[in-house]
Amino acid sequence: MIILANSLATPAIGTIFWTTFIFLILMIVLRVFAWKPILSAVKAREESIRSSLEAADEARKDMERLKADNEAIIDEARHERDILMKEARTAKDRLMAEARQQAKTEADKIIVKAREEIEREKRAALTQFREQVVSLSVSIAEKILRNKLSFDNQHEKLINDLLDEADLSKN
Amino acid sequence: MRDRGHYSFLWPAMIVIALALNTPINGSEVPPDRGHGQDAPRHQEEKPDETGFDATPFIMDHIGDSHEWHLFTTPDGKHVSIPLPVIVWTKERGLSIFSSAKLSHSHIHKGYMIPEEGELKGSIVMVDNDGIVIPDKFILDLSVTKTVTAMMVSALILIWLFVTMARSYARYGISPPKGIQGFLEPVVLFIRDDIALPNIGKQKYEQFMPYLLTVFFFILINNLMGLIPIAPGGANVTGNIAVTMVLALFTFFVTQISGNRNYWRHIFNTPGIPFWLKPIMIPVELIGLFSKPFALMVRLFANITAGHIIILSLVSLIFIFGSLVIAPVSVFLVLFMNLLEMLVAFIQAYVFTLLSALFIGLAVQEEH
Repeated sequence: MIILANSLATPAIGTIFWTTFIFLILMIVLRVFAWKPILSAVKAREESIRSSLEAADEARKDMERLKADNEAIIDEARHERDILMKEARTAKDRLMAEARQQAKTEADKIIVKAREEIEREKRAALTQFREQVVSLSVSIAEKILRNKLSFDNQHEKLINDLLDEADLSKN
Repeated sequence: MRDRGHYSFLWPAMIVIALALNTPINGSEVPPDRGHGQDAPRHQEEKPDETGFDATPFIMDHIGDSHEWHLFTTPDGKHVSIPLPVIVWTKERGLSIFSSAKLSHSHIHKGYMIPEEGELKGSIVMVDNDGIVIPDKFILDLSVTKTVTAMMVSALILIWLFVTMARSYARYGISPPKGIQGFLEPVVLFIRDDIALPNIGKQKYEQFMPYLLTVFFFILINNLMGLIPIAPGGANVTGNIAVTMVLALFTFFVTQISGNRNYWRHIFNTPGIPFWLKPIMIPVELIGLFSKPFALMVRLFANITAGHIIILSLVSLIFIFGSLVIAPVSVFLVLFMNLLEMLVAFIQAYVFTLLSALFIGLAVQEEH
């Protein structure tokens, strides 16, 4: 029994030789035809996954950047529009104020002119009236003086008639 | 250093072997059947007086090596075996290559013989013209034995598996793995990411990957093939001390060849200890150098051999008791042991690879 156990625990030269031979051949064959392609393929896959993830991350960042840019552009546009609107409003207000001012000055000028015209007209009328009154008075006086010399009682009548005449022409 | 504790593996295994071998089993009849037990109970019903069954030769025949591959025994006691090539060399007679069929049943061919009894049972001996054994002759026996054949079959299976896998990468590129590829890729990645990378380090692990992968799958496939009871399985390859010795020596040489200055300095001029301790430390470190592969060798051998012995002993119970009643118990226990041995097959392949990676890692690590 012990002998058998010994034979079990004694390495046989033939088995050592063949194991070395088979293992070496196996390692070389697998190294060339299996391990190298397998490990490089796995590595390539890992590399591609890593780069894909990085690319996706990059794309996401780009998108965010674009979005932020868009928002900035929109904000700017909105801001600009606000400014333009404000400017337009102020311009409108200013124009309206100017127009109003101008209209007012024009109107004032017209009024002043009109007033001056009225004044002048009035003055002319008064002058004319005064001249008429003078000429009338003179003619009345002339007639009175003439009638006095003829008919006393007719003075009063004549004056009234003349006055009536004068009133009518005046109106 | 870590594996020193594993010497304890040696002792349970040896005890199991010793128990299996020393258990006195009565009777000296040739076992009616060598392993294919289905016929055996019928045999014993036919010949109820021959209840004796010697489990030891039965077990030893199965876990040992052989010059032929025994397949089964017919009910009338004829052994059916595959003859294997015998390759022997002696100083006197030179190289002879012939089929082992010519040596079966103690036949003498070209002056060689395989005794079926005695101390030299199963090994090739030289005989003189009268058929008398010439003792103490050196015979270089390079025969392709059962173990070698099983190893070749395993190697071919591995090549087929992994070349197929590599081809599928070539075909499908870097797309997700399919089929065999999907089944084996996680294991390959496990060896890379959980064995090689943490133990050897990122810079140097790549050059050791082919060795670690090959040794892992070689041990694993042989462990698993050994659990299949029919040819080409059932050979005790990784339970053969020569095989485990060669594998351990591979790890040893890979470690020593890749060992850097720092590694050798740690052995011959261990830093951080008093100078007067250094002469004592050198032999300690040198013993450590050789104990590591020795532990690798014995651990794998003892684990796998012990597993085979236990399973075969449980099968033998049916014949020892000579009763069908014991068969269900035996079958249940064998089933349990088979499942356990499948686990052991993976664990031992893993442990061997892990420790190899660890030793290589210690040899290549830079000073820190």
